[in-house]
Amino acid sequence: MQQLSSINDLVIRFANVNGTGSASANNLFAKSIFRMGIPVTPKNIFPSNIQGLPTWYEVRVSDKGYLGRRNGIDIMVCVNPQSMKNDVESVRPGGYFMYDSSRPLAKQYLRDDIHYIGIPMIRICQALFPQPRQQQLLKNVVYVGALTALLDIEVDVVKTLISEEFRKKEKLIPLNFQALEAGIDYVHKHYQYPLGLRLERRNKVGNWIMIDGNSACALGAIYAGATVAAWYPITPSTSVVDAFTKYAKRLRTDPVTGKKKYAIVQAEDELAAMGVVIGAMWNGARSFTATSGPGVSLMNEFIGLAYFAEIPAVLIDVQRGGPSTGMPTRTQQSDILLAAYASHGDTKHPLLFPASPKECFEMTAEAFDLAERMQTPVMVMTDLDLGMNDHLSPPFEWDDSKQFDRGKVLNAEDLEKVKEFGRYLDVDGDGIPYRTIPGTHPTKGSFFTRGSSKDEYARYTEEGEAYKRNMDRLLKKWETIKDLVPGPEISGTGNSKEGLLFFGTSAYAALEATDRLGTAGVKVDTLRLKAFPFNAAVRDFIEQHERVYVVEQNRDAQMRSLLMIELGIDPKKLISILNYDGFPITAGLIVNGILKFHPEVQAIVGNGQQAGPGDATVNRKL
Amino acid sequence: MTYLRPNFRHPELPKNALGYTRQYYEGRLSTLCAGCGHDSISGAIIQACFEMAIEPHRLAKLSGIGCSSKTPTYFLANSHGFNSVHGRMPSVATGANLANRDLIYLGVSGDGDTASIGMGQFVHAVRRNLNITYIVMNNGCYGLTKGQDSATADKGSINKTGVANQFQTIDLAGLAMELGATFVGRSFSGDKEQLIPMIKAALVHEGFAFIDVLSPCVTFNNNTGSTKSYDYVRDHIEATAAVDYVPVKTEITAQYAEGTNKMIRMHDGSLVELHKLAPGWDPLDRGLAYSRLNESRAKGEILTGIIYMEPQSRDLHYMLDTDTRPLNTLNEADLCPGQEALEVINSENR
Repeated sequence: MQQLSSINDLVIRFANVNGTGSASANNLFAKSIFRMGIPVTPKNIFPSNIQGLPTWYEVRVSDKGYLGRRNGIDIMVCVNPQSMKNDVESVRPGGYFMYDSSRPLAKQYLRDDIHYIGIPMIRICQALFPQPRQQQLLKNVVYVGALTALLDIEVDVVKTLISEEFRKKEKLIPLNFQALEAGIDYVHKHYQYPLGLRLERRNKVGNWIMIDGNSACALGAIYAGATVAAWYPITPSTSVVDAFTKYAKRLRTDPVTGKKKYAIVQAEDELAAMGVVIGAMWNGARSFTATSGPGVSLMNEFIGLAYFAEIPAVLIDVQRGGPSTGMPTRTQQSDILLAAYASHGDTKHPLLFPASPKECFEMTAEAFDLAERMQTPVMVMTDLDLGMNDHLSPPFEWDDSKQFDRGKVLNAEDLEKVKEFGRYLDVDGDGIPYRTIPGTHPTKGSFFTRGSSKDEYARYTEEGEAYKRNMDRLLKKWETIKDLVPGPEISGTGNSKEGLLFFGTSAYAALEATDRLGTAGVKVDTLRLKAFPFNAAVRDFIEQHERVYVVEQNRDAQMRSLLMIELGIDPKKLISILNYDGFPITAGLIVNGILKFHPEVQAIVGNGQQAGPGDATVNRKL
Repeated sequence: MTYLRPNFRHPELPKNALGYTRQYYEGRLSTLCAGCGHDSISGAIIQACFEMAIEPHRLAKLSGIGCSSKTPTYFLANSHGFNSVHGRMPSVATGANLANRDLIYLGVSGDGDTASIGMGQFVHAVRRNLNITYIVMNNGCYGLTKGQDSATADKGSINKTGVANQFQTIDLAGLAMELGATFVGRSFSGDKEQLIPMIKAALVHEGFAFIDVLSPCVTFNNNTGSTKSYDYVRDHIEATAAVDYVPVKTEITAQYAEGTNKMIRMHDGSLVELHKLAPGWDPLDRGLAYSRLNESRAKGEILTGIIYMEPQSRDLHYMLDTDTRPLNTLNEADLCPGQEALEVINSENR
């Protein structure tokens, strides 16, 4: 039988039952690898359920630092009989299948092209721990112990992590140690260790951190001075507000008075959540909401109001599989068009596309500055993969000299100086008018905010000319916005005829694909979109290339449509590479999409999708 | 409607404590139908704010969509106003209030805006005891779309096309009681004597002060057989009590027969004085108030006055334990934890 062999290059998947305490054991496993200085990326693949259904946790280890998903499972740790049949089938030939051998494995699960590693997890726990609940929880630590031995993970690292985890429940530390050691011992007695697939300490993660994007967005809101958060619970965005609540309690409670320098409202629905945000922003407090596609659908009427009445707002859209309820626990980038043109009438909205927790932090903070500068709703378009999974990320940084950009707000002093105040007067010629906050001045600066048409002085009007002037000014403002939002990140030689365009979480897979293609002699320049509207650099990049592959995680090539609509690009020039099965995109899928246009190379390289494990295999085939 | 309004004002018009005349509290010319009850309510709001010497810029007026929601344009021209989306004023007001707890919030809505499209938001604003005076100008019909029945139209009430409403009515005052509103009043647009002091009491109440004002639609719902017509309302009104609002520093001089008046001290120290008209009436007893409201309804009476109030009510800010300074006045130093705290967070995630 084939023996897989590699150092720091593998994919391991854990098949668990939801609600059995596997999550913390799986995190322990991934974090141990991170602490050994090896690049690692874990992903939850979970059901819309609290207890009882199958849930998976997939960890990719990559010496080269590739943090996207990779196809082909090298090791399956299966502790869920419900999903065992599919789990066995999903192991790549030569891979390993670890299972709880307390009971014998049924014949139907036997394959002759994979290795079986039986660990009597529950039996070990029954011998060690008296209580059934303890047995169930610590069973998970037993398999972490077995993997520690099999993959050559440093035991001290695992133990340190356990001690940190249970700092506040010290009684649990020895129990966890016992379970861990029992797993290690069992492997030592019954199997050859380590496996050909194994881990080795590196110094490749530097000072990076491992954190989920939703926590990062929450921190961004804290640092940007958001004081009002309004939301309605929805997967996968709930943990944004959970994290905001946690950090605000810690960082925003007045040490003297104990009073809160923030307010959080769990609204009755997403409509109300957006209403609260708009009301707070209108009244001069920084405010945001976090939601997902279904919430954005409900918020449409308010987004239109904020656009037309020119009220800043920040919305974090953690995208999930649509349409309708869709796949609420799977990832997608399928709200692009919804968000870009949300609400009836002529509307368009700035979008930001973070690709890492660090960018979640920075772009959420930036969204507040942009929203207030541009007086319009800004949406941070993250997704379930980025939001709910831990990612390696450069550490967060904040410049303490930074001042919030509150935009064109007139205070009482300003109002004394200005000759006349017109809420919607284009004083500076950039389409962005001046606003006042209620309560500023006893006799100057009051105005009426409304979603119906108005003139430059905020007076209701049904006069066609005045309406058109206002709509045209909004378009002028849109032009200004193009240079205010972050430009794209471009790399490559610029000599290639082909460009690869992507955004958000596709970045991991896209960069890995570019490397793989480069090795095969296919050079592509890359552009990572960071924002909508597109500025001139995006148009230039597309114009400079004969063919541009557009990578996105939805069925309808929404970003491609947006590029065509907004930049008038010839559709023939934009080739879609799409991933929409709810799993994070892989480099293999992108490589395949591009190789279709390079038949000469495809013949040599073969199918990129099955080229795992990682580049090692690709290199060998070359 | 009036297209012209003389600009001339007598130089010796009475001024309030701030030195403003009543004119300063007016708004633009109303575009509602001549005789619309809503204009009378706007007048009562103007009079109440003038008499209380509220600084216009310390009050924010908010509304939804509909005839009633147009009225904020017609009063308090020197206040910031927000005409939001249909049925969604409560959420906008919630955000505004959270941003600045020091302003006075006056919400204006209609029966379609509150009892139909905005029912969800209304209910939850009551639940949160948002500090706002929430006035529903209730005419039982959709005026702007030409007179369709609304959800507050009484069962059996006949509309302008001669059709009797078959559906149960939603009694907003009763609903507010059921939801635990801390101030519930009902009045009639034609009764300024009652409405003006009631608005004053509502404005100083800490929490959700709800006033359901019957406000006949002269164009679409003032016909015979309508239970929201001027004639019908006048004939069926049953007042609980006369209301007096006594500002903090005013000496109480009025005298009433012993045993019929009740003084209620508000948070700011001002007094609301109720002169009971109905025997056994106690607006501080939610149970009694609720059953009295239901009895009146069963008898076909329209019970008006302050139906219930909780003088010790505490609002959303109290429940959330927010800073006493308005959140919109906090700056970078108050809000941004800085690089040092971030480094700690970074190290927690290694």
